[in-house]
Amino acid sequence: MSEQLKVPTMAEMMAEGKQPEVLFWVGCAGSFDDRAKKITKAFVRLLNKANVEFAVLGAEESCTGDPAKRSGNEFLFQMQAVTNIEVMNAYEIKKIVTACPHCFNTLKNEYPGLGGNYDVVHHTQFLKGLLDDGRLTVEGGQFKGKRITFHDPCYLGRANNVYEAPRDLIRKLDAELVEMKSCKSRGLCCGAGGAQMFKEPEAGNKDINIERTEQALETKPQIIAAGCPFCNTMMTDGVKGKEKEGDVEVMDIAELIANAQDL
Amino acid sequence: MNYIPNILFAIALIFGIGFFAKNVKKLWRNVKLGQDKDVSDNKPQRWKNMAMIALGQSKMVKRPVAGFFHIVVYVGFVIINIEVLEIIIDGLFGTHRIGLDVLPEYVYGFLIGSFEVLAALVFVAVVIFWIRRNAIKLKRFMSPEMKGWPKNDGNFILYFEMVLMTLFLVMNATDTTFQNLNSGNIISQHIAPLFSGVSEGGLHIIERSAWWIHILGILVFLNYLYYSKHLHILLAFPNTYYGNLNPKGQFTNNDAVTKEVMLMMDPNADPFAAPAEDETEEAPAKFGASDVQDLSWVNLLNAYTCTECGRCTSECPANQTGKKLSPRKIMMDTRDRLEEVGKNIDVNKGEFVDDGKQLLNDYITKEELWACTSCNACTEACPVSIDPLNIIMEMRRYLVMEESAAPMELNNMMTNIENNGAPWPYNQMDRLNWKDE
Repeated sequence: MSEQLKVPTMAEMMAEGKQPEVLFWVGCAGSFDDRAKKITKAFVRLLNKANVEFAVLGAEESCTGDPAKRSGNEFLFQMQAVTNIEVMNAYEIKKIVTACPHCFNTLKNEYPGLGGNYDVVHHTQFLKGLLDDGRLTVEGGQFKGKRITFHDPCYLGRANNVYEAPRDLIRKLDAELVEMKSCKSRGLCCGAGGAQMFKEPEAGNKDINIERTEQALETKPQIIAAGCPFCNTMMTDGVKGKEKEGDVEVMDIAELIANAQDL
Repeated sequence: MNYIPNILFAIALIFGIGFFAKNVKKLWRNVKLGQDKDVSDNKPQRWKNMAMIALGQSKMVKRPVAGFFHIVVYVGFVIINIEVLEIIIDGLFGTHRIGLDVLPEYVYGFLIGSFEVLAALVFVAVVIFWIRRNAIKLKRFMSPEMKGWPKNDGNFILYFEMVLMTLFLVMNATDTTFQNLNSGNIISQHIAPLFSGVSEGGLHIIERSAWWIHILGILVFLNYLYYSKHLHILLAFPNTYYGNLNPKGQFTNNDAVTKEVMLMMDPNADPFAAPAEDETEEAPAKFGASDVQDLSWVNLLNAYTCTECGRCTSECPANQTGKKLSPRKIMMDTRDRLEEVGKNIDVNKGEFVDDGKQLLNDYITKEELWACTSCNACTEACPVSIDPLNIIMEMRRYLVMEESAAPMELNNMMTNIENNGAPWPYNQMDRLNWKDE
């Protein structure tokens, strides 16, 4: 594919003597995971469409340290954090947007204590801002009337009380937002948090992502919307496990908005 | 005049309250075995949380059935205790229903009438609680950690309350002067006919017995608290006050680690420098927690506050899918171990003598700790702001930073982060390749 995405790096911006409106923190999943890369690109298309002056760190970005911290490796976490903070402070970063709730939480809550003070927003909050300001418009188009259920990422919802931004965006699609029995502050985890993504689950009688996928499928959705690359993987696996991949799609909110624009 | 009952009453009161005070002191000493934690910030928000969550029961009603009946028992408990004031004055001074002497009859009747209605409601609510635990057998009361003492403890409390409420109503029903007033006997007038065949003298004996057993029962119940999960009726207040005010996703940054990291990152630091003369601060004995003394005192207060309702466990994704982890068990284990450490200190003249045991492994297994997804469902569910997740994370820190005992896959993940800045083995230089794919 040879689509033209405008993705300037901070280094390039600095060389031109420009300061971007916002830093897009891509995150490890968004950079390397094949499924998550599609989310990254969808979000970039929206940023390009809305003429947002953004930049990425590119090869200067490194893991926030979230999985290390949740595993208990405080030392590795702080090494990562301090290194990243040094880079971002050198570029005088003020505002960060990220499509990963784990990066979002860590940057927003755990970096200030180590000298990194930024205004950090999740991409659903940022997109909602673009729509509210009229910089981006969205019409339901292909999603009009579709049944969409939203899976709350723990590190966006309970951890940081962001429940409405993603839902507002789904409503803007003229879609039918259907809630699972456990949603918002009672949303069930997908099973990936706390570094579980990187290990086999402990012994039990079921995988957490299967339990959550069953809850989602109870709402008879056409689309399960996610706002986190790890939730996306877990729910996609869950849907495959239930052999429903022909009927139900798992999509990030950024993909929904971008697809509605035919981007 | 015969002063023997007054003296006996005073002795019972001093003994009951004194013994309780002794246990409260012990409880506080045990809580203070925990590490310091500064919770002196944002007092207005803390008072507000206490008012909303403990006093206002705002989280209890998230589950409407249990929440409603809990409020009945809670309001009943608080308001009926006004009556205990009259009982204490009567007991100490040999008066009978002193309230009638100082209050207009209709006010007194209104008060006692309210207590009677509440007593009846509490009785009904407590019976429903018993049915939920023993007949319906709600899943969250049937977990493995609820076998034996925790199950009996829960039922004893319910029996206690049933008996106390019954005694209060019987005491009123057999009090002929009170019944003759016909004001405030809204419930007890329907109990009085049960005793219609009993002589005046017999009624008096029943009334006095009910009165004495009621107040002695309250003193016994007060002292039962320390040995029971029921401490929450008192500790819910400080516990919600000292509860976490930060976003739930914000985990503490370990200061000792920060110092080391900053030193490593400082290009001007001399790695071979001798510590400065006035360096009084020592590195902490260890990172994370393997025993209760390594936890913060707020963690330990949490443990005493837990009333084992199991809302945390029923919301826990790991527990729901059959893993060994139960956040409630984390709290129960912490309290059990803390009590064991406290007893150790008691028998060893104020010094803790190593007993070869610790919270990790002897109480909480690694398997439980590694099952947690850190999703915060437990902390969200807790009606009294207990934070089991913080204990789990402190124990993971110990496992990883002191024992290097992370599961192999997590070690691989961390090695990847160290070497190439991502949890997977990709080159950091390729982070922007997606742009052109």
